Amino acid sequence: MNAAQIVMPALGPALPELILTVGVLVLILYGAFKGERSAEGVTVGALIVLIVALFAVASQPLSAKITTLNGSFIVDGFARVMKALVLLGSIAALLLARDLFERERIARFEYPILIVLSSIGMLIMVSANDLIGLYLGLELQSLAAYVIASFHRDDVRSTEAGLKYFVLGALSSGMLLYGASLVYGFTGHVSFPGIVTALRETQVGLGVVLGIVFVAAGVAFKLAAVPFHMWTPDVYEGAPTPVTAFFASAPKMAAMAMAVRVFVGAFPGVIDEWRQIIVFVAIASMALGSFAAIGQRNIKRLMAYSSIANVGYALIGLAAGTQEGVRGVVVYMAVYLAMTLGAFAVILGLRRGNRMFDTIDDLSGLSRTHPWLAFCLAAMMFSLAGIPPLAGFFAKFYVFAAAIQAGLVALAVIGVVTSVIGSYYYLRIVKVMYFDEAQPAYEPLAPGLRIVLAVSSVVVILLGIVPAPLVSIAGTAARSLF
Amino acid sequence: MFGLGILSGLLILPLVGAAFILTLQGDEESVRRNARWAALAATVATFLLSLVAWGRYDSSTAAFQLLESHAWLTETIRFKLGVDGFSMPLLLLTTFLMPFCIAASWHSIEHRVKEYFVAFLVLETTMIGVFCALDLVLFYLFFEAGLIPMFLIIGIWGGKRRIYASFKFFLYTLLGSVLMLLAIMAMYWYAGTTDIPTLLTKRFPAHMQTWLWLAFFASFAVKMPMWPVHTWLPDAHVEAPTAGSVILAGILLKMGGYGFIRISLPMLPDASHDFAPLVYALSVVAIIYTSLVALVQTDIKKLIAYSSVAHMGFVTLGLFTMTEQGIQGALFLMISHGIVSGALFLCVGVVYDRMHTREIAAYGGLVNRMPLYAVAMMVFTMANVGLPGTSGFVGEFLAMLGAFKANPMVSFFSVFGIILSAAYALWLFARVIYGKLDKPELQGITDLDRREIAILAPLVVLTIYYGIHPSPILDVFAPSTEALMQGVRAALSTTQTAAAALPVAH
Repeated sequence: MNAAQIVMPALGPALPELILTVGVLVLILYGAFKGERSAEGVTVGALIVLIVALFAVASQPLSAKITTLNGSFIVDGFARVMKALVLLGSIAALLLARDLFERERIARFEYPILIVLSSIGMLIMVSANDLIGLYLGLELQSLAAYVIASFHRDDVRSTEAGLKYFVLGALSSGMLLYGASLVYGFTGHVSFPGIVTALRETQVGLGVVLGIVFVAAGVAFKLAAVPFHMWTPDVYEGAPTPVTAFFASAPKMAAMAMAVRVFVGAFPGVIDEWRQIIVFVAIASMALGSFAAIGQRNIKRLMAYSSIANVGYALIGLAAGTQEGVRGVVVYMAVYLAMTLGAFAVILGLRRGNRMFDTIDDLSGLSRTHPWLAFCLAAMMFSLAGIPPLAGFFAKFYVFAAAIQAGLVALAVIGVVTSVIGSYYYLRIVKVMYFDEAQPAYEPLAPGLRIVLAVSSVVVILLGIVPAPLVSIAGTAARSLF
Repeated sequence: MFGLGILSGLLILPLVGAAFILTLQGDEESVRRNARWAALAATVATFLLSLVAWGRYDSSTAAFQLLESHAWLTETIRFKLGVDGFSMPLLLLTTFLMPFCIAASWHSIEHRVKEYFVAFLVLETTMIGVFCALDLVLFYLFFEAGLIPMFLIIGIWGGKRRIYASFKFFLYTLLGSVLMLLAIMAMYWYAGTTDIPTLLTKRFPAHMQTWLWLAFFASFAVKMPMWPVHTWLPDAHVEAPTAGSVILAGILLKMGGYGFIRISLPMLPDASHDFAPLVYALSVVAIIYTSLVALVQTDIKKLIAYSSVAHMGFVTLGLFTMTEQGIQGALFLMISHGIVSGALFLCVGVVYDRMHTREIAAYGGLVNRMPLYAVAMMVFTMANVGLPGTSGFVGEFLAMLGAFKANPMVSFFSVFGIILSAAYALWLFARVIYGKLDKPELQGITDLDRREIAILAPLVVLTIYYGIHPSPILDVFAPSTEALMQGVRAALSTTQTAAAALPVAH
């Protein structure tokens, strides 16, 4: 074989992924040698690896656009911003888990390792520039996630959650793969730019449309968007709470990035074909998320429905299909990340002795016993309801503005109406905390929870007053896709 | 100071007070006392600062003044503040009423005092923001943000059905305003900016105006509130603590009217002209129907709440007559109603603090034990009726005058509202104040104490003063009204010429 043909691809752009991969291998070895007692050390190690990767992402210039590995791996502004969000979500998930797992005596070194592995998968998803890379990243992320869902292996609900997640997740991966194969079959390309050119040259046939539908189904499952949301409430309720916090944060970022990358990156010319799918999924998600959450008593289930509704709002930006729409999606996901993590930090803080509390009634009178905790959760709830001057308002503002600009007025109207319906259950949490009688106090917050809650509260309140920095970053990210 | 103008100062000052109250530590009693004094100091300082702003304000021009503009979202969505003839009086009304609200809550709020005053101060900032904002997004931000503190005020310190009332208040007003948000976005994409002075010079195409107008109307009609979306108001009023009712009636309701005069009328003149009959109809129904409803109320607060809806009917009527008299009258009525209805709720608070009931039947013959109270109550009742010599008269008279010019039938029907308002208000007064003091619980009731006199006396003076001498307020409105009328007339005449120039196609 001619030596000149074997060219080592440039690995520099994939530096964050490489850092994580090398780091996780070292951590596995350390954990395997050290045994059960290594959980603490591995968690700290994983945190360090994730933070280093975050710096690696941050140090790359925001506007440059680099492809490598024969064009299947792309690093642009969009990828960097979404990667940073993914890594922040993973870091928070580790911080949230530390204290609880110690107490529950389920602290095992596999948890941080699985989180890091899942993060690698997510970063690859975000940077994938062809269907194969996308599938690889997705599966790496998912397989790690199936295991952590059932991490509390002696708990029936946790095991059930893991199994459910796995069976339905495998099904959806299959659909996505089938859709990808159809797209490949009818366009002759797996790379996104290739698909774009192929679709531009030929008439769009039924086969491609069918492929897009299947890909959309797979993406919707990963996003937990209606009608592929059924697993979400059960998995959210059954999985250990820190794991739920993880599912609600980082993987959503990656899945949304993947959705944007596929639809805007690979199928921009056939927007009329996929827009109707996204519009339907968005409306269904917003409506179901808003209505179904009303009857929930368990906060984790409530957050599950809330996440379904939020995905619906973010998808409004994608449905617009414009640069402003993608900017809206990025802003929305960033704010959603902060709101979700903050809310879960409070939920995890509800403990007395060895008992965890997770129904809405357990929040009763929290403003009397823990004024700051209640204040932060109330800020999260008002923000989720989209009330200014909190970050959630601007998140909704930018996606709705994009929809109006794209002429999707009906979608925007439905969106704002469901957001009013949704605000009912967020308000109910505020009501329980502020209007109802107090219960005995909970234990003080663990340090990990404190950090996450403080950071997310500051973000939610500050971005509500001065959203411009986030918006300009999101704008740069969105520009790189067009 | 720090590159910020006086209007930013007005926004920041209450927040500084709130932050100070949050840091208060120590034993329960001293925290309460300090919180009360700090809140009073903050609101009084804000009022004084607004007087300084008033001193620098030139009421002879219609231009926006005391302008400030800071970078915010983008180059075209800025943190822009300013006041003109429409907003300045409402701004002063806001800062003026706040110290009364704090003073009225002095003894009646016993639990969670710290949080109560923090909520009120934050609310003050959002209200000032609504009247100062010269950018639609900023306007919307303050417009909505006020829901949070008010929701908490009703829900935590309210009466028995406070939770129902707070949810109804919040969801109703939110549903109205989200549609306005979409309209703001549509305006942004069309005009490329949300800067209010720029938008005032933009003409939107006719079909777009219709939709925009309806979206803004949804929001302002709920906030006003207009019949048939007024049902949140009686509930919210009845359950809110006294000071909450004062703010609701005095300021929050005025945001709807302010929205009409700031956005709907000048920016969407064609649609406003086309929809005027709808507004007339709703206003007349509100005036007559809610007056009748007020007549049968057994709860004092609910009665005043329904009377507020009827009075707001006069405001919408006057605004959409698009005559100088009508608009001037509506604006004057907003200020007058802010003082009078606020004062009436304070009066209710006085007896509620003593007897802990708002049932009309529980009172009677108060004049025997509370002569001072009876005098104050009488002045406000007369102003509420619109008796000449009180501030209530001027506004209603001018609004009717405008209505007569625009459509005599409308003014004919709305006159019944005035008669009915005399009926329910005087009947209320008779049942509560006159008669024999034969109820055993009322025997020990005491007249106004010094704090209550200090609260009510200035309001009595203002009610009568502006009734006799309304020109200080009218003169402030005048240049802006004139400018508005010129713009509207110009817009309507071009539309009509355009319509006339079109070949007849049908």
